[in-house]
Amino acid sequence: MAGLATTLGSGAMTNTIGEVSDSACIMAIGTSTTEAHPIIGYQVKKAVRRGAKLIVANPQEVPLVRFADLFLQIRPGSDVALLMGMARVIVEEGLHNQQYIEERTENFEAFKESLSEFSLDFVSDITGVPEEKIVEAARMYAQNSPASLLYCMGITQHSHGTDNVLALSNLALITGNLGNISGGVNPLRGQNNVQGACDMGSLPNVYTGYQKVEDEGARQKFEGSWKIELNPKPGLTHTEIFDAAYRNDVKALYLVGENPVLTEANASHSIEAMEKLEFFVVQDIFLNETAQKADVVLPAASFAEKNGTFVNTERRVQRVRKVIEPVGEAKPDWWIISAIANEMGAEGFAYNSAADIFREISAVTPSYAGITYERLEHGGIQWPCPAEDHPGTPVLHTEKFNTPSGKGKLMPLSYRPSEDCCDFDFPLILTTERSLYQFHSTMTRYSEGLDELSGGEHIKINPADAERMGIADGDLVKVKSRRGELEVKARITRRSQPGVAALSFHFAECPTNLLTSSALDPVAKTPETKVCAISIEKA
Amino acid sequence: MSELITLTIDGVEIKAEKGTSILRAALENGIYIPHLCDHQDLTSVGICRVCLVEIEGRRPTVSCMTPVEEGMVVTTSSEELDMTRKVNMELLILHHDYDCQNCAKNSYCKLQELTRYVGIDEERISAMRAPALDFPIDDSNPYYQRDMNKCVLCGICVRTCEEIQGDECIDFAFRGIETRISVLGDKPIIDSTCVTCGECVSRCPVGALVPQKAIEPTYEVETVCPFCGCGCNILVGARGGKLVSSTAVEDSPVSGGSLCVKGRYGLSFVNSPERLTTPLIRRDGELVEASWEEAISLISEKLGQYKGDQFATIASAKCTVEDNYVLQKFTRAVMGTNNIDHCARL
Ligand code: SF4
Ligand code: SF4
Ligand code: SF4
Ligand code: SF4
Repeated sequence: MAGLATTLGSGAMTNTIGEVSDSACIMAIGTSTTEAHPIIGYQVKKAVRRGAKLIVANPQEVPLVRFADLFLQIRPGSDVALLMGMARVIVEEGLHNQQYIEERTENFEAFKESLSEFSLDFVSDITGVPEEKIVEAARMYAQNSPASLLYCMGITQHSHGTDNVLALSNLALITGNLGNISGGVNPLRGQNNVQGACDMGSLPNVYTGYQKVEDEGARQKFEGSWKIELNPKPGLTHTEIFDAAYRNDVKALYLVGENPVLTEANASHSIEAMEKLEFFVVQDIFLNETAQKADVVLPAASFAEKNGTFVNTERRVQRVRKVIEPVGEAKPDWWIISAIANEMGAEGFAYNSAADIFREISAVTPSYAGITYERLEHGGIQWPCPAEDHPGTPVLHTEKFNTPSGKGKLMPLSYRPSEDCCDFDFPLILTTERSLYQFHSTMTRYSEGLDELSGGEHIKINPADAERMGIADGDLVKVKSRRGELEVKARITRRSQPGVAALSFHFAECPTNLLTSSALDPVAKTPETKVCAISIEKA
Repeated sequence: MSELITLTIDGVEIKAEKGTSILRAALENGIYIPHLCDHQDLTSVGICRVCLVEIEGRRPTVSCMTPVEEGMVVTTSSEELDMTRKVNMELLILHHDYDCQNCAKNSYCKLQELTRYVGIDEERISAMRAPALDFPIDDSNPYYQRDMNKCVLCGICVRTCEEIQGDECIDFAFRGIETRISVLGDKPIIDSTCVTCGECVSRCPVGALVPQKAIEPTYEVETVCPFCGCGCNILVGARGGKLVSSTAVEDSPVSGGSLCVKGRYGLSFVNSPERLTTPLIRRDGELVEASWEEAISLISEKLGQYKGDQFATIASAKCTVEDNYVLQKFTRAVMGTNNIDHCARL
């Protein structure tokens, strides 16, 4: 979420789920909200019933399209062009919010200049969306206030994902849609506690609450609290860790609750990297495909077997409560790590409960300073919550942004094509998506019934492409990319546009990410799992 | 806060917000008016006609469709009202497949509650009793069952699907005694656009829509759904060390009392026999069971040799805030590196 941090000073959802139903306009880009975030999907549909305008921009004809006033079926990887094109229309037609721009933003002139590249015919050419629809979308978004932008993996999983997010924040800033109720720029987080993991500094460059490891003041504070000298050099990202393991620079890996054999872009490379490790510990609730490669596997307690907190996509810290005793000898993750730290003779890991740990978190994290387990008994609290008498913050940036100047920064952008381009041998674009019934690999596969509802994995191909390639619905096909190949059944559907095919990445039987590219976004270092050139033939 | 209106129900003076129906105003003030087709989350339609009341100076009327007015005087029970209500109820029950002992809704059923209140005359019913309905049970969905022989045609499921889920999978179909709730083309529910959110199942007042294999929990605990970033609040029921149910927390600020298929029906992974239950250590190429003592001493001895940037941690967005805090503190303070990330990017 590096993008939003640059322009607004925070990378979380700016507004609250409950506000979505009161928006006058919602633009859902790169999210199949009804499938990936069903409860937010209900809110969007409620808003539509109350008369809100809905714009859906997506390479796939997702179910939400049925409720949309306007559907922009963009080519994968063309989001920046679309959003900047819309911004240009808004500025040219004078639909921008001049007063807001003057009072609350900076860099408007430079931004405006960068719009010159995005003429309607250029944007239409890149996105595949007719010019009049781009104009209509721009007007719809600018003229119906408050307008909320919702986005998800579809936007961040590109080699230029950071630009996509900047383009969204530009659009919201020029129309005055930040800091208002039911507006905002709203990243919908995938997994239950992505927000909490980020907040806690499970990231290579920050401690808790986004305090930078490079910042001397922050580091000294943590050195004081933890009573030990800390490494000032930012660490490696997820993908870089596997690259480093591949090069033997990282030799020991401790992996918790993930299954990169399935989820890592360019999975065959990651698998080789894991095999090169000298010592590999996996802590999980199942012996998944990745755990099978470990030297030591530790049984973790599931969410229902421990106390703690999760933070949802709207920054709401909520209590997780133990329902049953852990199965067998499984233990909460924090207990296991603390036991190892204690065995290694480290100080500061004598925790007796999750509550002990949370007290320490509040003490070192300003945005959590006012949150306590006692308060959470009465319901969740949205951070920032700097003091015990502070009610929490449903809407961010109501008065100023968390940037050095306090203003929202407009960012000039230019269009960069996706790294993995189609050619004669790989004529189609593969995009990955999520199914309602499946959830990022393992958990749902062990829940009876969900597999049955999802009907297994298919590659979704447009009827025109299928006919040209002589493929019928249900045929087994071989899908090849520059990095790997796999076999899967074909589903012929107009959900995919011509030239684009879609797979989800949930099934061990069909590891989609063997195919996808690990070209990195230069800033956020997000692997490009959303755009990948492929060929399809009958198996 | 909108305008408050004062009215009298059964001699009790109450206040209610303008626009509220008499039925909801009464219920909010602890006055019971029998009702079947009304639901607090949905628009009122007045089709069951069980909530009849008398308003001074007017003919008996359905209280769910009548907004409160200043100075209104309402009576909820009189000989005439009770009689009409009884007749309305009898019509509902006439063809009902009355088999409470074998019904999943037994003792939570709205119809049972109503028959008790109204005092249905068993003899009269059996004298006029028509044959029970005999529609096939639709158990095509892995999580819930549809038994239209128990349906009272309140339409709550239809409105739920439309107003909450925002879909229109089901609707009233056919006429007369054949009237039932059906999927377009009278197909099994699994072949419809139903996304198995279970919202209609949780609102059906009778045994017509019930979860498959419902097991009664011995206790429930409020926690948070472990699947997506919405973070819906759920009440998880357990029995004998297993999770057996999950329902929405009614006044949740996140979900407003709704859930999706995963939060409602997807928690059985916790009970899976394939869960890891002991530490495993690789010996001669095989992962074999080990004790915690062995595992922890092996790990701490090994990790002691890899301090610094040759070590890395992949944390998890599925684990709690506390788990993540301890993990990054361990990586930074004990292992001396900032090589920690999780898959937020995915
Ligand atoms: S629906 Fe209610 S009244 Fe009918 S059989 Fe079931 S419990 Fe009895
Ligand atoms: S389960 Fe949900 S989608 Fe299916 S019929 Fe009921 S309300 Fe509609
Ligand atoms: S199935 Fe249940 S909710 Fe639907 S109409 Fe029948 S009784 Fe009412
Ligand atoms: S119930 Fe559904 S929408 Fe709510 S948190 Fe769980 S998975 Fe997400």
